[in-house]
Amino acid sequence: MTDTVSGVAFAILAIATLGSALGVLSARNVIHAAFWLLGVSLAGVGLYFLLEADYVAMVQLLVYAGAVAVLVIFTVMITMRRREDALRPRDFSWPALGLAFLFFGTVAFAIVAWQPAAVQMPSATLTIVDVGKQIFSVDGYALPFEIASLVLTAALVAAIWWAREGDE
Amino acid sequence: MRVGLEAFLMLGAALFACGLYGAVSKRSAVQVLMSLELMALAVNLNLMAFARFRTPEIMTGWYFTLFAMVVSAAEVGMGLALVLAIYRRARTSEVSSLTELKG
Repeated sequence: MTDTVSGVAFAILAIATLGSALGVLSARNVIHAAFWLLGVSLAGVGLYFLLEADYVAMVQLLVYAGAVAVLVIFTVMITMRRREDALRPRDFSWPALGLAFLFFGTVAFAIVAWQPAAVQMPSATLTIVDVGKQIFSVDGYALPFEIASLVLTAALVAAIWWAREGDE
Repeated sequence: MRVGLEAFLMLGAALFACGLYGAVSKRSAVQVLMSLELMALAVNLNLMAFARFRTPEIMTGWYFTLFAMVVSAAEVGMGLALVLAIYRRARTSEVSSLTELKG
């Protein structure tokens, strides 16, 4: 392994990611947009594998391509019951396009001007064992991990509270 | 052909720009949340790329990405529950029709 990753694999995944992202933005049917979002998440899994982060790739697969996609599709099915509800006019707006291009232009200019020094990428990266030791050790990330589980519990309770039938 | 850190940063910037456009221009609350997911993926991709190419021996970006994913999952879960609650009250999930709190 050198200090770079394979350009061909990266190009395929980049085209898949950006193409699916454009699909999310241009789909007139919200359900189609949800499935394009699933495509973006799956291409993201590939990109994480390309960065040799297999654990993060699996989390991405479970959380985004699994849970979030199902949640989005369920919400669309509940809030847009009739077929014509899910068909939407194209929300095109020039100011938003200008803002997006302004952002991309600024960041792209910064990246080109920055020219990061090529570091030698060592072949041995962290394995899942190291990640587990680091996350669950007290001088590592044990406290953020517990806070994260607290955040998830609170979010779960709040989501059920908001979404349940019946109180107004 | 091999590519390095800049390519990942460019892809992240393009993906974030797509999400920014969607979050600003879409009128359906569900589509706004989808655009937020695009932006979250772009940020996570940047974190992972920096972790892989700059500090491969400690990989702080891994942990940042994992915790960002936790927060993002909580955000999308609560956002969609909120969309459901708003839909039950107002029978719509259009962002532009939510004017009840308008001063």
